[in-house]
Amino acid sequence: MTGLSGTIPLLRLAARRDRVLIPVSAVALVFVVAGSAQATVALYPDRAAALAPLRTLLANPALQAVYGPIASESLDSLATFKTILIGAVFLCLLAYVVVRRHTRTEEEEGRLELLGAGAIGRRAPLAAAVLLGTVAVLATALLTAVGAIAVGLDRTGSVALGVAWVVMGLTWVGVTAVAAQLTETARGTAGFALGALALAYLMRALGDVAADDSPLRLLTWLSPLGWGEKVAPYGANRFWLLAVGLLAYAALLVLAFVLQGRRDLGAGILPSRVGPARGDLSSSLGLMVRLARGTLVGWFVAFVVLGAVVGSLAGNVQSFVDSPETADLLRKMGGGAGSIVDTFFATEIHVAAVAAAALGISLVTRMRTEETGGRAETVLATGVPRRRWAGEHVVVGMAATAGLMVCLGVVAGVMDAGRTGDAAASIGRLTGAGLSTLPAVWVCIGVATVLFGLAPRFTGVAWAVLIAFFALGEFGDLLGLPAVVSGLSPFAHLPALPGGEMAVGTAVVLVAVAVGCVALGLAGLRQRDLPAG
Amino acid sequence: MTSSIQVVDLHKAFGRTTALAGLDLEVETGQIHGFLGPNGSGKSTTIRVLLGLMRADSGTLSLLGGDPWRDAETLHRRLSYVPGDVALWPNLSGGEVIDLLGKLRGGLDEKRRADMLERFDLDPTKKGRTYSKGNRQKVALVAALSSDVELLILDEPTSGLDPLMEAVFRDAVREFRDGGGTVLLSSHILDEVESLCDRVSIIREGRNVETGTLAQLRHLARTTVHAGLERRVTEADLAGLAGVADLVVTDTDLRCTVETARLGALLERLGEYGISTLTSAPPTLEELFLEQYRTPEVAGPR
Ligand SMILES: Nc1ncnc2c1ncn2[C@@H]1O[C@H](COP(=O)(O)OP(=O)(O)O)[C@@H](O)[C@H]1O
Ligand SMILES: [Mg+2]
Repeated sequence: MTGLSGTIPLLRLAARRDRVLIPVSAVALVFVVAGSAQATVALYPDRAAALAPLRTLLANPALQAVYGPIASESLDSLATFKTILIGAVFLCLLAYVVVRRHTRTEEEEGRLELLGAGAIGRRAPLAAAVLLGTVAVLATALLTAVGAIAVGLDRTGSVALGVAWVVMGLTWVGVTAVAAQLTETARGTAGFALGALALAYLMRALGDVAADDSPLRLLTWLSPLGWGEKVAPYGANRFWLLAVGLLAYAALLVLAFVLQGRRDLGAGILPSRVGPARGDLSSSLGLMVRLARGTLVGWFVAFVVLGAVVGSLAGNVQSFVDSPETADLLRKMGGGAGSIVDTFFATEIHVAAVAAAALGISLVTRMRTEETGGRAETVLATGVPRRRWAGEHVVVGMAATAGLMVCLGVVAGVMDAGRTGDAAASIGRLTGAGLSTLPAVWVCIGVATVLFGLAPRFTGVAWAVLIAFFALGEFGDLLGLPAVVSGLSPFAHLPALPGGEMAVGTAVVLVAVAVGCVALGLAGLRQRDLPAG
Repeated sequence: MTSSIQVVDLHKAFGRTTALAGLDLEVETGQIHGFLGPNGSGKSTTIRVLLGLMRADSGTLSLLGGDPWRDAETLHRRLSYVPGDVALWPNLSGGEVIDLLGKLRGGLDEKRRADMLERFDLDPTKKGRTYSKGNRQKVALVAALSSDVELLILDEPTSGLDPLMEAVFRDAVREFRDGGGTVLLSSHILDEVESLCDRVSIIREGRNVETGTLAQLRHLARTTVHAGLERRVTEADLAGLAGVADLVVTDTDLRCTVETARLGALLERLGEYGISTLTSAPPTLEELFLEQYRTPEVAGPR
């Protein structure tokens, strides 16, 4: 293949730019897998003690929907149950970020044009991005396998865990490489690559919880995340699935390079449409909502689907033995007091709240993209005051996240009405539970606003903070972290709703923290240069 | 004559980089003021401070009679700004952006909008990401020129325009001025400044080196003289003359440069030797500009 000259220098440049992102993400993933495995092993010193909760886990479709099925009745399987699939999703996200960053984002911002004019082959940027993504996936998978062995898990199973992650991670290197060819914008690439990830996750969830003889079980096999799951580390250890993953990886890469060969630099394969000659936007708020429209629609659709899945699974959960061990285990795995169904809802709603916070952060951090892209300047040199411009982003972020949680609660309530027989009560309970998470979600929005106002160069750190909050909530107890540390996450202070008690005082404190952060951020923005260097 | 923009002793640093080190700028109402300087000399920074986007470290500023930092919003309704590197929203059409910016500035003149679109030959239905650099600039220029404002602040607005569009731009800016508007035009295209501007400020490394009308600036610069004389002359004969340099004499042929203000004295002296042919070229803005930057240090202490 020609057009590859300059791949190595480009790879070096890309690796330099990602010299923090990749190692930190890899180490965090290894730490979470190995750390939580070690803590679980410490919790259940012998296999017999682990077996009782395992049986119930094996039978619980709700947990399988989120974390995938458990691979075997072994302590090692229990120790990695929560981290294999979720960790792989994060690995896929890392692969996606790396590949997108060095392909479509560069091209959209015109930097590739600059390079393209030099002695750099046509295919070199894509090749460099793919190589870097591949190295990131392989290194993370390898370190994770080594980490799992180091904390005393089965060797073969740990290698299979690494293989499972390679299968899933490399597939997303390929998926993102293709997605980057389809549209002209980095945002479009995000839509295709992340949409495919969400679809793959949902397909395997539906396949995993389907009845044994149902044809729906095939869905898992159609999802790349399902292939990784079917490697079944610490269980069947199906190493041959590596071949499937590599085949998909190779096929996707060939497709990406073929598509790239058929398009112009800066263009996408999908045609761009023309727009109206006259516009009806007349305010900065209108502009902001218009720019975020696609993102908002996508998120609301996703939350309707999520609500439907969660609401309809509740019936399955209830049919499941309501033994004290299960309840105890579920509580350990996250969730709170109340019946199993309530615990299930609370768990799902809290995970959804973290996802909603991601939307909130993305709406606020848009301001930074607008600023560095030079578009904020254009708007702020008209009669639009900075305070209003920033305030609108924050308010839209808060309103959109509230809308998402209400949407989730209402849809889940409607689906759950079949089980409870009282639609109004179901909807009310679950909507209330959804709304009860907002204080924590808004703290995340506040954190992003503070960073943008006071330390604009570090606006992106808001994402790291959200991931840290999520990890503390999901794995803090498992890792045996002290309560003070776990308590740093606002999500740790959420009431276990439905079923538990609403803690009004805590909610007020969280909202006050959120409002304080926003006020501080806006005050900082008013004082600083724009664009800040 | 009133001033639309007044800047005195403006300082601005970014960390350890000093962008502006005591800049002065005065733009008279109803004039086109050229703001000339090489890359990195502080033009964009001055403009951003004037727009209240950046805060001055020290110095006095007045924009349309107000304080650009404090009164940013009210002042912004009275001006249009075209940034040096126009960035558009990838999925908004040019027409949508023009209408939006017009409304945010507080009004758009429909007739002028249509007229400008036609003169700049701009297709308003294309999406932002499909425009070339020149076309993005045209979108911003059409939006700026068809808004109802009294001041245009243009930061190197024509770097992506072809010569035909450059001519359209010049006409449109002149019309705006003739209608009573004021223009601050930052540029490094000397020809553009020379043909458009009533007054010019030349800056370098964040401070002024010259300000005035082109005629005044020319006066400060050197004129090239080439004379054929009837009698022989030697370099020693002309030694007493101030302001003459680059002197090359061969028999009756003389070439030199002279400070424009001292041209008369030179010609008077040459008259004594009988002038048979004479060409004298006034400095172009380019020579003026280059002259300012040829010496590493500007007059005055740093
Ligand atoms: N946001 C910023 N952060 C740091 N340095 C800056 C920033 N903006 C401008 N500078 C620096 O200030 C100096 C003047 O830049 P600028 O005003 O853009 O010059 P010009 O527009 O005349 O080319 C340059 O040295 C530039 O690097
Ligand atoms: Mg500039």
